[in-house]
Parts: sequence; C-alpha cells; structure tokens
Amino acid sequence: MVAAPEVELWFVREVLPLEASLMRFLRNSYRNPGELADLRQDIYAELIETAQTKIPDPTKPFVFALARNILVSRMRRERIVPMETMSDLENLALASEAPPPDRTVIARDELRHLRDAIDQLPPRCREAVMLARIEGLSGREIAARLNLNESTVSHYVKDGMRKLANMLYGTSDPQGDPA
Amino acid sequence: MNGQGGMPGQRAGEVEDKAADWLWRQAGEWKIEDQTAFDSWLAESAHHRAAYWRLKAAWGRTERVAALRPSDFRRGATAKNRTWPIMKFAGVACMAAAGIVATFYLWPSSEASYATAIGGQAKITLADGSHVQLNTDTAITVSMDTRHRTVTLKKGEAFFDVQHDASRPFSVLAAGHRIVDLGTEFSVRTNGKRLQVTLLRGRARLESESDWVQHHATDLTPGEVVVATANSLSVSNVPVHQLADALAWRRGKLVFSHVTLTEAADQFNRYNQTKLVIDPAIADRKISGTFEAGSVQSFASIAQYALGLRSEKKPGQIIISKPTP
Repeated sequence: MVAAPEVELWFVREVLPLEASLMRFLRNSYRNPGELADLRQDIYAELIETAQTKIPDPTKPFVFALARNILVSRMRRERIVPMETMSDLENLALASEAPPPDRTVIARDELRHLRDAIDQLPPRCREAVMLARIEGLSGREIAARLNLNESTVSHYVKDGMRKLANMLYGTSDPQGDPA
Repeated sequence: MNGQGGMPGQRAGEVEDKAADWLWRQAGEWKIEDQTAFDSWLAESAHHRAAYWRLKAAWGRTERVAALRPSDFRRGATAKNRTWPIMKFAGVACMAAAGIVATFYLWPSSEASYATAIGGQAKITLADGSHVQLNTDTAITVSMDTRHRTVTLKKGEAFFDVQHDASRPFSVLAAGHRIVDLGTEFSVRTNGKRLQVTLLRGRARLESESDWVQHHATDLTPGEVVVATANSLSVSNVPVHQLADALAWRRGKLVFSHVTLTEAADQFNRYNQTKLVIDPAIADRKISGTFEAGSVQSFASIAQYALGLRSEKKPGQIIISKPTP
C-alpha cells in the first residue's frame, strides 16, 4: 500500500497538470458535455485506487490509457454510439501523444494565471474569495463585511473553489456545475 | 445515463460540493468530531479523495496570490474598493499587427493600459463582458473593482459596448468629463481638451468636472452627439446614416459625405504617418466617398482623377493642390 499523503502528492503534482489535455481529449471523444465532469471524476477515482497499490510511472501514458478504457467501456454500455465518437476513438492514442502547448505557456506565469482566474469569477463570488484568501477573513467576518448571511458567504466561497479548480486545472469555462 | 465504470454512481457535482464544504469548514472552527467525520468521508471513496484533493490543490494555489501581495495590502481598510485588473484580449495577433502596446501592471498597481499607434486599431474584451474598440493613436487605462468600472481615455477615440451592471457603474473619463453608462454602445473621442461623444444605442449620462456645468448632467439618447470642452457643451441630433459614417472607423473605413478637403485630410492624418497637406486655395472644395483609413494614396488618387487636382509626393507628405496650368 502506498500512503495517502504520497498518493495525494502524486495526484496533485503529476495528474492535475494533465487535466487540461485530459479534458480536451474527453471533449473531443465524448459528445455529452453534461457528463464530462463525471467522467473526469471516474477517471481520477480509478487512478487514485491504482496509485494506492503502486504509483504509476510514467504517469501520463497511464492516465490516457486509463481514460481511454473508461471511455470505451462507458460507450459500450450506452446503446447509441454516435459515429463520430467511434472514429475519434481510433485517434485517441494520437490525441494523447501531443500535449497542448498553451498549458505550458500559461504555467510560466503562475501569478498572472491565478490573478486572471480570480478575476473571472462572478463579482460576489470573487469578493468572497478575495476576502477569504487575501484578507484571511473567516466566514462570519466576510458575512459581516458584505452584509450577507453566513450560508450565502459559504455558497459563494464554495462556488469560487470549484470554479477556480476548473479554471486552474481544466478549462476556462466551468462545466459540470449543477448550479 | 450515469454509468460509472463498475463503481457505484456518484455525481461529480455532488461530491465536489461536499468536498468544497469540508475545505471551507476546515478554515473555520474545526472540532475533533469534524475531523473524525471528515476522515471517514475521505476514506469512503476514491471519488471523495479525488474531488477533495483537487479542490484543495487549487485553493492552496490561491494562497500564493496573497503571499505575493505587499504587506500594506492586508492593512487596507476595506477590500471593496480595491481595483482588479481585468483584461482579456480578443485577436492578439491582429493587435500585434496593428502595433498595439499593452502594458500589464502586476500587483499592487492594478490598472491595465492599452494603446494603439498611428494607424493601429485594437479590440479589447473586458472581463465584465464589455467590449472596447480602440481607434488610431489612442490610449486608455482600465481599472475595475467590485464597485466601479472606470476607463480613462487619455487620447484618441474608443467605441464602448458596455454590459450594464447597475451595481457597478461603467464610467469613461475624458477631457474633464465623465460619461456614465446606463446600458449602451457609444463612442468617445478626445484630444485632451475637446470631447465628442456619440451615442449609438441605450442611454448614457455626461457629467462635467468643471463647476458651472456640474449640475447640468446631460442624459444622452441614441443618435445624439455631444461636443464638450472645459466650459462649453453642445448636443446635436444626427441622422442614423451619418452616425454609421462617423463610426465607420470600426471597420477600418473613413466615410465622407460632402466634407471639405481640409476636414477629410484631418481625418486621414489621424491614421497615417504620411500626412496630407491641402493647398489653402482648394481647402473648401467638397468631397464624398468611402475610403480605407490606412490608404492615403487612394484619397490622393481620387483627388487627382475625380477632382482634377494635382497630387505631389514628398517625404512624409502628399500635397494636394490646384494643377499648374
């Protein structure tokens, strides 16, 4: 067994940076945008379970091979498989080979990337996130400052967390958001 | 619909929401019982770990933003009035070709400046969804926070398509005046002293910083053109087709309808390094037509062939004059 902190470290350092290309791959292969977040979540869960036994090395080919397997088995279960999905599947290996260059460019300026991500949050959400993150205020203090109740503040902050994760790792348009 | 690769189905949205909940609760009061409950939730499923670790990592990264800010930021009285640079470029390549100069200020200064060179144009999309189009030789500064959106037009001409947000007024400052958007598309042009505002759609209000007009805020309606200086203000109503002509620069065109050669030359000279010089003897001759703003030569040719004038090229100039008999 691999210890949980070690798995977490591997997941954050090796897997999350691949999310943007993984999402692009999923978007191109699976024509059901409403379920992409679920799909991603399934892939991550299985990756983590595998890593608990042994950390895959190298990570990237493993991630994409597993993504492909999950995708194929999911589509087999679904009765209707669109033609374009099938033809795309044949190109999966190809797609996983080429890492998108823009991620690297963005990663070069982490500060600006972070700032832009925060800037893209909806106004109230951004305000709550800033007060929490930059001012270090508690939920109660933010509530007092913004004249909102605590549960509303909590809603904004949590929404901010999820949107930020999507922007920082996945894609700039937050998807899989039930709200 | 929601098959899960052999695992019990768990919607990512719900799991993520719960993960965010834990993460946020950990920042506040956190008791032993909470830790126990959290531990068992985390151990329950790899889905839980995936969602939680992912959010935690992203949230942790935002801590760096705080760390990089100067210490005086924390001492500030309120976060509400802080400005945030908000910018997103549309067509970076096009802007590069147009000679756009964009300056990003990193924290703590949070304004963004954009400028175009002579002959350049640029389209900028602000994060609030508003669009700004810069004409030739134009400089603006954008500053935004959660309460205000302010653009300072230092020189030149810009067209604004504003996303209305009553809680966050959008103002343009130029030549001692303030134009406050009430949901609009409008164009503003200034040379620093004189200001011209053309309203295409919606409503906007013009206020002056000088005393005597302070109490005479002017509400503009579509089709109105305001010309204001430090101590004068005139509003005129312009036919729609003429408005379109005035805004033709947005398509890279100059449209003249029965204007003097001098007026036309002035327009061209805003866009080009090669300046048109009109002989005073023919300065009042009238011309009409649509021209590429960047093509002085096309204007010179029209003057030559259609008006029978003489055009003479010199370094940096084209002189239009009466033909020598």
